Amino acid sequence: MLTLLFDGIAYGMLLFVLALGLAVTMGLMNFINLAHGAFAMAGGYILIVLMQRAGWPFLACLPAAFVLTAAAGALLERTIYRPMYGKPHLDQVLFSIGLSFMAVAAVDFTMGSSPQVVQLPAWLRGRFEFGSGPWALGMGAYRLFIIACCVALALALQAVLTRTRFGSRLRAAVDDPRVAAGLGLPVDRIFLLTFAVGSGLAGLGGALGADILGMEPTFPLKYMVYFLIVCAVGGTSSITGPLLAALVLGIADVMGKYHVPKLGAFIVYVLMIGLLLWRPQGLFSREAGR
Amino acid sequence: MSGAAQRALLAPARWRAWELAAWALLWAVPVVFGQHAALVNEIAILALFALSLDLILGYAGIVSLGHAAFFGVGAYGAALFAKHVWADPLVGLAVGTALGGLLGLATSPMIVRGTDLTRLMVTLGVAGVLLELANKFDGLTGGADGLQGVVMGPIVLPFVGRFDFDLGARVASFYSLAVLFAAFVLLRRVVHSPFGVSLQALRDNRLRLAAIGLSVNARLTAVYTLSAALAGAAGALLAQTTGFASLDVLEFHRSADVMLALVIGGAGWLWGGLVGAVAFKLLHDLVSSVTAQYWTFWIGGFLVLLMLVGRDRLFRPWTWWRRGAR
Repeated sequence: MLTLLFDGIAYGMLLFVLALGLAVTMGLMNFINLAHGAFAMAGGYILIVLMQRAGWPFLACLPAAFVLTAAAGALLERTIYRPMYGKPHLDQVLFSIGLSFMAVAAVDFTMGSSPQVVQLPAWLRGRFEFGSGPWALGMGAYRLFIIACCVALALALQAVLTRTRFGSRLRAAVDDPRVAAGLGLPVDRIFLLTFAVGSGLAGLGGALGADILGMEPTFPLKYMVYFLIVCAVGGTSSITGPLLAALVLGIADVMGKYHVPKLGAFIVYVLMIGLLLWRPQGLFSREAGR
Repeated sequence: MSGAAQRALLAPARWRAWELAAWALLWAVPVVFGQHAALVNEIAILALFALSLDLILGYAGIVSLGHAAFFGVGAYGAALFAKHVWADPLVGLAVGTALGGLLGLATSPMIVRGTDLTRLMVTLGVAGVLLELANKFDGLTGGADGLQGVVMGPIVLPFVGRFDFDLGARVASFYSLAVLFAAFVLLRRVVHSPFGVSLQALRDNRLRLAAIGLSVNARLTAVYTLSAALAGAAGALLAQTTGFASLDVLEFHRSADVMLALVIGGAGWLWGGLVGAVAFKLLHDLVSSVTAQYWTFWIGGFLVLLMLVGRDRLFRPWTWWRRGAR
């Protein structure tokens, strides 16, 4: 029971890091980016390639995954994402679906279609057991590591957003890009940087979760729904909203798959539809947007 | 109303010469290219599906990423009906259509609220729920293996005769084309009726429509139900003409494909679904013959390019090299 809860929390934290970049792009640019999962997949594959083929240690691969996907994100933002900001939502959706299709086929071509196996280092394969009976708690070292990383990231991001100059600029740009630009803030550059960091976070999340989530070419389509749910339910105006939404989603999904494995993602979908019917603007959003 | 004004108002509703010619051409295709009847059948089904999406997307402005839900319900409904109740195709088609419409009616309260994002998610979620359910109740639907053993009876038309489905899919292609034609004529009436015009007003400005005293939600519900029924009919056609239904009919890529087909042809213009379906299937066949496995890469690239250029410029080549024409 507690073990399931623990696994759910680890899964939820992972979803949070993965979806955070998407929440920021949606809140900032009002841009629906369905290709976000592609960045996460890129991160996962970078980890696998570096570890398996180049023999890098696990810990060195994580920052590499972050940096490389962030660079890719910055490049794509500059070249093809920017013209899409002003377009209608339908165009954005189709554009990003097209991007994910390309990513799926490209990875399929270069890496093969079979799921990749991650060789975790020995110190992450351990397991701690506490208590016994129905309240036994088994914690995998790998999941503990994920939770620690994600908590640290969440705290760091929260600090950056609320304490630093960049954070206040970013919040100003989210609130009203035109006024922010009028006050002389380099909104374009803020967007670029934020997009890059968001993509990098997705890459890092993909690398961290490569073992739990399973890396295969259809990854972006498979997890797209999860990311979108986190953003739609959690709202895009704060960090806590997506965090709570991701935790709820992670726990519900792990519990659901454990108790009724045949139903698969059924519980997640029903939960999402229910939440969205109850609060169409998201659970934790500020009152009705602009 | 004076004669001139009436004529001006009715002008867009009149059948043009090229439309009649295009339909004559469409009917001629399965006659001339009998060996490609299966492809014609597929195109007609996709066109009907795209037509149903056009009604809500192009005319009412509802974005949907889960239109496969209705397609799948129609397909499973028609297949199960034929297997367990009655193998008559026309009755089965009516059952599939009705099931699609019922599901549309039941889910329409979900799409009248919220923003584009909420609507995308809810439609996606409905299709997801149905996919999981179809997977779960594999005793009924056959699960991942698909529903086997659907044998269709002949189409019996009074005073005309009976037509058995053949392996070459000739009868199937005529059957699908006939349903597509009927749906097209029906929708042409609908979108040029006062109801259709009010839908376009709703798409452009919801608040104003409500302000002049028309009910927004009732209209959205009606159009969503109609569109869902047509999608159900498309699904029923697929199940009947292939004698098979599998989880594939509910998958996400089906919703994405139909959206893509519609966008290629252009939304908000009934011919868009037809043009798009033809273009999409031909493109699919063409690319698949070159690289069968990686065709999604090229279709994705095409989509990205199309969106960057601007989808309304596809049919205006003279604007391609002008900047900022939107």
